[in-house]
Amino acid sequence: MTSIETIRKDFPILQRVVNGHQLAYLDNAATSQKPLAVLQAMDDYYRNTNANVHRGVHTLSEEATAQYEGARGRIGRFINAGSSKEIIFTRNATEAINLVAYSWGLDNLGPGDEVLITEMEHHANIVPWQLICQRTGATLRYVPIDAQGSLRLDLLDELLTERTRLFAFVAMSNVLGAINPAAELVARAHAVGALALVDAAQSVPHMPVDVQALDCDFLVFSSHKMCGPTGVGVLYGRRAALEEMSPFMGGGDMIREVHMDGSRWNSLPWKFEAGTPAIAEVIGLGAAVDYLSNLGMGWVREQEHALVSYAVEKLTQVEGLRIIGPSGEQRSGVAAFTLADIHPHDIAAILDSEGIAIRAGHHCAQPIHDHFGIAATARASFYFYNTFEEVDRLAAALEKVQSVFSF
Amino acid sequence: MDQLYREAILDHYKYPRHKGHLDEPDVSYHDHNPFCGDEITLELQIVDGIVTDAAFDGRGCAISQASASMMTEEIIGKPLEELRSWTKEDILDLLGIEIGPVRLKCALLPLKALKAGVWGVEDWPHDE
Ligand SMILES: Cc1ncc(COP(=O)(O)O)c(C=O)c1O
Repeated sequence: MTSIETIRKDFPILQRVVNGHQLAYLDNAATSQKPLAVLQAMDDYYRNTNANVHRGVHTLSEEATAQYEGARGRIGRFINAGSSKEIIFTRNATEAINLVAYSWGLDNLGPGDEVLITEMEHHANIVPWQLICQRTGATLRYVPIDAQGSLRLDLLDELLTERTRLFAFVAMSNVLGAINPAAELVARAHAVGALALVDAAQSVPHMPVDVQALDCDFLVFSSHKMCGPTGVGVLYGRRAALEEMSPFMGGGDMIREVHMDGSRWNSLPWKFEAGTPAIAEVIGLGAAVDYLSNLGMGWVREQEHALVSYAVEKLTQVEGLRIIGPSGEQRSGVAAFTLADIHPHDIAAILDSEGIAIRAGHHCAQPIHDHFGIAATARASFYFYNTFEEVDRLAAALEKVQSVFSF
Repeated sequence: MDQLYREAILDHYKYPRHKGHLDEPDVSYHDHNPFCGDEITLELQIVDGIVTDAAFDGRGCAISQASASMMTEEIIGKPLEELRSWTKEDILDLLGIEIGPVRLKCALLPLKALKAGVWGVEDWPHDE
């Protein structure tokens, strides 16, 4: 395995100086940095290949189409999809969830039906279901979390019933760092005849994910959290489920024939990709999955686990610091915390003055914060390119925050 | 940091002036900043167009709370006529720091509550 030093050279931004200090980028759950290979793939596409896909017969268009569809194939293999027809490009994970909510939800939900989600969801996996349940008369239910921030699996039998049509849950929480037993949850959903949607926005970037082993019906993630560019996300859908669904958006590319009295849809995956897609970004994401595959996702997970375990150990030594979420093997590379009653924005501002980038707020997961009775947390989130030294800098800066605000 | 969290700001944050409630406020207005979760309730006593007493209650980041503390201290004794024309600059002068666009919302929350509470101006500050 290449050393972290060599890997860091692939990310030019990590050399940046912020407020007089070398950047320590610890906000990876919000978005990751991008390696040169990704920047170059997109640059190369615009310099040498740029053309629209799926339409022209000229050389550039054929090349652009081949690169775009080639990336789809590699992205599908990255999560072990059975076919690249099951890989739909959206703008981000949020849009992928909305696609399922509208295309599947509007046709299949009605009064008496239930959609089950959890208390630890990102707003992206809450609000679309609130909207669809309002429209269809279906009921939205939540699996609660316990005092540690783990799912109350003991309540699943009660909550997951023959009324449940879909169970949508996060594989890895962006706040608690909890890693949920996704395969088991999918199996439990299937046992009552419900479909299962996995919000893998945090898990695909940080651990090996195999959609066939999970046996899920839908799985969503965002390019920008896994070394790829913003502007593209992925919906994996089981072929049989996608075939039955109505299109999400209408327009060019998603049709086979258009007549004044009606149209016929294109086949998968294009049925769900209306209009010119984010071609360069998809190619960039293709380069990102090549980069990650090269490192090995098992290694990525181990590296982050080592970093976060060290961080938990160091941070808990800071007086008044409290980390939320489960500990041990179940924790991903995320540590959200409170520090005495210092407002998280003040913490983040002082850390920023030391060149350390963390996030403060509710991280688009207000129900979790309500659960713990806090308005906001500060969150450090790691990726494979972070170092133990950066963890030390974080801990030292938090000591400083503590002393600035002590009465 | 030494700039954003200068002594005076920390002092007002740790030992807020006029924190609490007035017995019979003529104006009472609650406002919050959803981004930070900062909250403040501003109360004023007004006699003949002059602010004779002021208090605030709330919770939030050091910038919003220090701003509220400094502003209440400053407005007591001033005619509303004069306060009406207060702008972002007046608050920044009180705080004595430069603030980026995101934290500016925290700093301006107390003045925003003043403008809404006294004159019903709900859309201040407009994007500049
Ligand atoms: C668990 C989880 N789900 C969904 C999302 C939404 O991702 P995006 O904003 O890229 O659509 C995020 C991003 O923060 C996330 O962490």
